[in-house]
Amino acid sequence: MSFLAVISSIELGLIYAVMALGVFISFRTLNVPDLTVDGSFVLGAAVVAVYCSGGGNPFLALLFAFLAGLVAGSVTSLLNTKLGIQPLLAGILVMLALYSVNLRVMAGKANIHLMDAASIYQLFAGSALGRYNKLVVAAVTTMVVLLCLYLFLQTRLGFALRATGDNEQMVRASGIDTDKMKLIGLALANGLVAAAGGMIAQYQSYTDAGMGLGMVVIGLASVIIGEVVFGTKPLLRRLIAVVLGAVLYRLIIAFALASGMPATDLKLVSAVIVTVAMSTGALKKIFKKLYDIPKIK
Amino acid sequence: MLQIVGLTKKFHQGTIDEKVALDNINLELAAGEFVTIVGSNGAGKSTLLNCIAGVYEADAGRVFLDGEDITAQPEWQRAQKIGRVFQDPLAGTAYDMSIEENLAIAYGKQKKLGLQPGIRKKEQEFFREQLAQLGLGLENRLKDKVGLLSGGQRQALTLLMATMVRPKLLLLDEHTASLDPVTARKVLALTDKIITEYKLCTLMITHNMQEALSLGTRTIMMDKGKIMLDLQGETRAKMTVEDLVAEFAFRSGTQLSTDRMLLN
Repeated sequence: MSFLAVISSIELGLIYAVMALGVFISFRTLNVPDLTVDGSFVLGAAVVAVYCSGGGNPFLALLFAFLAGLVAGSVTSLLNTKLGIQPLLAGILVMLALYSVNLRVMAGKANIHLMDAASIYQLFAGSALGRYNKLVVAAVTTMVVLLCLYLFLQTRLGFALRATGDNEQMVRASGIDTDKMKLIGLALANGLVAAAGGMIAQYQSYTDAGMGLGMVVIGLASVIIGEVVFGTKPLLRRLIAVVLGAVLYRLIIAFALASGMPATDLKLVSAVIVTVAMSTGALKKIFKKLYDIPKIK
Repeated sequence: MLQIVGLTKKFHQGTIDEKVALDNINLELAAGEFVTIVGSNGAGKSTLLNCIAGVYEADAGRVFLDGEDITAQPEWQRAQKIGRVFQDPLAGTAYDMSIEENLAIAYGKQKKLGLQPGIRKKEQEFFREQLAQLGLGLENRLKDKVGLLSGGQRQALTLLMATMVRPKLLLLDEHTASLDPVTARKVLALTDKIITEYKLCTLMITHNMQEALSLGTRTIMMDKGKIMLDLQGETRAKMTVEDLVAEFAFRSGTQLSTDRMLLN
């Protein structure tokens, strides 16, 4: 694997880390497996593609992507809390609906190229940073998101959000509307996911309607790999672990590709990684049963 | 303080399993009144508390708290005025959050929920003082996760969370039932101390007849969704556990499942 491939994997990993932080909010903080992600990721990319190809400011484009993601997450949450649809199904429904919405946003085109459009990665182009300019942009953006999220989770609202995923009954008994907490949580989660989608669109200079497939699994993989490798306590460390997990995931993928695996097998690899990571508890038990010889006292 | 008018709740309505859990309950509590509730399993005690707290929506009747009709309010909104401690020690706290974070959530009960710092320095001191009053040494463990605490410590913490912002009404649903006898006694003593000190209007369900008579200012007995006995003042003072059991058998026409009630 070449040095350049490592650098670009880290760049990608840092961008995907923003999505992973979004998935962290829904999956870990709210304790809801949110499948909206596959759709909201593309939604963000689509918004950026349309806005930037029209000559729009790339930073403003990301803000719009974030806002679009907020709306998508809100819809999922409202389907769940107000219409009583199971959270998993609510996410699937919105994900499906977003496929059509995204195509509408992209004016019916399945992909949009952004070769000539401005992007946030040009910020330091031609500066002393040389070929690391993209890396710096990605790292700074991710760190800002990480810090904002950390500070948010330390506020009174952040406490309520974390407690909602922990014990809803207790949160309601403390006079807090849990439906509202879920709404805020899922909106924020998908806002970050959509912003990440927009950042990827700018990075690779195109948006494809099918680019979101399996994003939720990639997000989960990043969260879990990060937690297993880099630890979960305290909270700040856990958030940093998620970011590093996303980078590590990209490096694993890059390594797999470099060692000759066809790119079409990548989704399978992602699924296997998440399966293995999520079943460690059960697998340990099985192995214990198989190999543990009863001790004689 | 609390006024309940014609409260009725049926479960599995319209099916063969239909069960009347609350049958036209009328009850009035004066400010500072501490009422213990006894009755056999399925008498409707917990349903009554859950209907007051808004966990269940009543089929008929109204609930007034401090003159305000709260019947239509959702659970979380009522909770701003009502403190609750549950039977399950896991139910009242967020286990993956620290003691101080749990207290901060409870302390914010009637405050605006926004982007203020979750815990201020001043609040931390206040939490430490409050925890010290529990006498469990929790004041030195502010940063510990609640998941690390024992059942008794958690119930004491939940009790503190429920009363730190003075509620207009405190609902205790057998909150010592799942604790070992020694811890249960400690938590109960603490409960009595807090309620007396702050003159909290309280409804407490218990299975222990002795507790029911010795604690509080009034005792009601429920059966089949009705209040069948309401003891206060002189009559209550003279009542013994045996009298109470006999009274129950006489009024309900059935034997009270007494072993659990008498043994503890």
